[in-house]
Amino acid sequence: MGGSLGKPIILVAIIYLLLKFVVPNIPGSAPLPSSLIFLYLMLTTSGIVIFATLSGESKDAFWGPIQRFMTGENIGGLQMLRYGVLILFPLLVGWQTYSSTAPSDQPPAENRTIHPAPPGEYTGLSNPVAKTPDNIMQGKGFYAAFCSPCHGGQFDGKGPAARGFNPPPANFSDPTTIAMLQESYLFWRIKKGGVGLPIEGMPWKSAMPRWEVELPDEWIWKIIMGEYDGAHQSPRTWE
Amino acid sequence: MRHQGGLIQRVIQTIRGSRGILAGLMVAAGLFALPSFGLAADAAPAVATEYRDIPGIGSRNIVWVIAQLHLLLAGFVLGVPIFAWLCEVVGWKSGEKRYDKLAKEFTKLLTSSYATTALFGGILLFLLIAFYPKLMNYLTDIFFPSFIFYCILFLLETATLYLYWYGWDAMQDGGKKTFHIFLGFLLNLFAFFIMIVPNSWATFQASPVVIAEGTDLQRAWAATWNPTWWPVNIHRLIANVVLGGYICGAYAGIRYLAARNAEERDHYDWMGYVGNFIGVFGLLPLPFAGYWLMREIYQYNQQMGITLMGGFLSWLFILQAMLIGVLFLGSNYYFWLGITHRIPGSEGQYKKPIMAMLVILLLCLGVWMTPHSLVASLEEARKMGGTHHPLLGVFGVMSAKMTVANLMILVTFMSFIMYWRAGKQETATWAKVARAVMGAVLVIAALAVIVLGVWGYFVPAIIRINYFSTSQVLIVLFVMLTITPLTALLLKSARTTTEMVWGRMPPRAGYALVLNAVMVILLMTLMGYARSSSRVHWHIYGVMRDSSQYAFSPALGYAAAFMALNTFLFCMLVAFIFWVATMGDKGKAGYGGGAKGELPHGMPAMAGGSQSLSKLKG
Repeated sequence: MGGSLGKPIILVAIIYLLLKFVVPNIPGSAPLPSSLIFLYLMLTTSGIVIFATLSGESKDAFWGPIQRFMTGENIGGLQMLRYGVLILFPLLVGWQTYSSTAPSDQPPAENRTIHPAPPGEYTGLSNPVAKTPDNIMQGKGFYAAFCSPCHGGQFDGKGPAARGFNPPPANFSDPTTIAMLQESYLFWRIKKGGVGLPIEGMPWKSAMPRWEVELPDEWIWKIIMGEYDGAHQSPRTWE
Repeated sequence: MRHQGGLIQRVIQTIRGSRGILAGLMVAAGLFALPSFGLAADAAPAVATEYRDIPGIGSRNIVWVIAQLHLLLAGFVLGVPIFAWLCEVVGWKSGEKRYDKLAKEFTKLLTSSYATTALFGGILLFLLIAFYPKLMNYLTDIFFPSFIFYCILFLLETATLYLYWYGWDAMQDGGKKTFHIFLGFLLNLFAFFIMIVPNSWATFQASPVVIAEGTDLQRAWAATWNPTWWPVNIHRLIANVVLGGYICGAYAGIRYLAARNAEERDHYDWMGYVGNFIGVFGLLPLPFAGYWLMREIYQYNQQMGITLMGGFLSWLFILQAMLIGVLFLGSNYYFWLGITHRIPGSEGQYKKPIMAMLVILLLCLGVWMTPHSLVASLEEARKMGGTHHPLLGVFGVMSAKMTVANLMILVTFMSFIMYWRAGKQETATWAKVARAVMGAVLVIAALAVIVLGVWGYFVPAIIRINYFSTSQVLIVLFVMLTITPLTALLLKSARTTTEMVWGRMPPRAGYALVLNAVMVILLMTLMGYARSSSRVHWHIYGVMRDSSQYAFSPALGYAAAFMALNTFLFCMLVAFIFWVATMGDKGKAGYGGGAKGELPHGMPAMAGGSQSLSKLKG
């Protein structure tokens, strides 16, 4: 089969093992979804094909064994293996097709839009409450009372009730959550909660209460200030 | 009254006399008169018609296809004159006739596409007037002065193009050539305005500025100068160059694959190289322009910004990353093939740097393609604690994307520099210092881009957007502006160790050029859908609501099918136009006669690298 073909196969196998077993075991990490593993393996394979076909010699060294194997040209004792591959490969494709189309009790992969666009009436709003230490402190107090059971006292989404939710409550200390959003966005999400999500937010998987029935707007704005301050993040602004 | 009564009696008597004939005539008249009910309804409608439709196909689908085809053709027609003219200027200044020949060939493609572009523009206009009369009335009311301006521009552009193309051979020497160059400049000037005027209509729909008072001109000017007009103008201008470059590259690639003699192979190999170079040249600043456009959209309206970048359209940006990734890989692959095939003996020398660049590109692409919210089964999402991966989720935001985009631009730029320097030995006394400076600039720049990217997670968004991202762009530009002149200076006194041999590229190089063109077309159809859909259920955002039966955003899968259809139709259209345009050349070259006989056993020519060709060359 030749070393030129053996090396790429080993490389793809190593990358797969890394993604499947090493990355998930890094502290703070988690198993990767198969869609992401597939994506990275496709990239690796593309890289291998690109590099192997740069020159005529490397191309022949790479494709030659594959071509010879598939055509059965001078492969000696590998003939049986070739028949095996020629039979197994279509069967594998057939099995993959069947398993992806057959009825299953598994829910489909989620394609959830976590940050759907807010309604127009919320887009131009700015926080009407002055950003004073008192207001921030008051906001943190409201946060501790109403939000921290789920979103956590450390603003990390790990409150005592968080374990009961799937998806889990947002981690505000993560720089990829509230730091990407404007205050008006948070105001909308807190005020309207999970039930106020628009159609594009399907399947509406949010247990966020509709706080407008409990809290006045001023409290919500103060909570937003407290959240940003406590999570050491800043809202998206244009000034 | 008596007179009238007598008349009626006479009529009744006549009817009695020829009852059968008259009854038949009345029935016939009644049947003929039936359509008049419809006409009468049209003539005096109770409510003005807002929409028309073609059931089954759907007005929106028809407009979608025609508008996209018109836009792609227009992008090509407006992009090609830019580099055709630049090629002509280079040929004029350097005295190298091959640049003039190339410029003429580019312009030939342009002239043959121009009429089709106008044709599709006309069809689009008729369809818009027919399907969306209310919207078109509104837009006409606002933009009437610019409609007139556009018509004048079109007349000027057409006249200039005719003079430029048909006067090419007649204006080759002395003052005439200078005038021809001036015509090329005018052609580009008019083309630029032809692009930005309709851009104002389209961007107005997304970010309208409506003033109630003032003259027609004042209202039109206010509507034209809307927040996204200039970002779209710049983005489209660069994108048109990219589209034009890659399509010309694909044209050269196909001609190269079909070449029947060494001269053709040499010429189309070189043309393919120029096309790819132009495409890459435009591709490098394109992400910056796109970033600016998205920033303006987000700042203009949070809802529209989130719909695009975080909402249901955000998946398009993952597809965009894949397409741009293929484009970067394809362009670099072509450069690398050029090094290994056009410069004999250089394969071993550049193997390691190429591998390093490839690995960096793939790593960057991996980051760029990683979505913030991952596609995961319920079980996988449970294990991750949501659809954000706790470790790789950081790749899903703009700070990471901007960083890897900049690094990919740097790598692609260095690919080109490597290609430029290949086969040459620098003889300048300061060459060692220059190389050290270039290496240091590159390494420091790459590190700075990465540091700013990581730091971007820990600062407020506005600092990242206004300062860090801008700094990353400026750093990359600084690298280009430092290394390009330094390399040019170095190569001025360099000794050529291995001559570049044209016409030896393998067939896969030609296919790579075609692939790049298809990727760009797909990319434009993808982002065209994104731009239009970001208005959601508005014809004019926040001003005129879409109240038709199509006031919904098509699902991404449905939209993807249309993107593929539009790409296919455009490719077919361009192939047909180019086929027609090159018919004359084939006739002149006497194909089917002697040229065929040059090939051994009448076999189709393998474009470079094949043994049969080597024998021919040898």
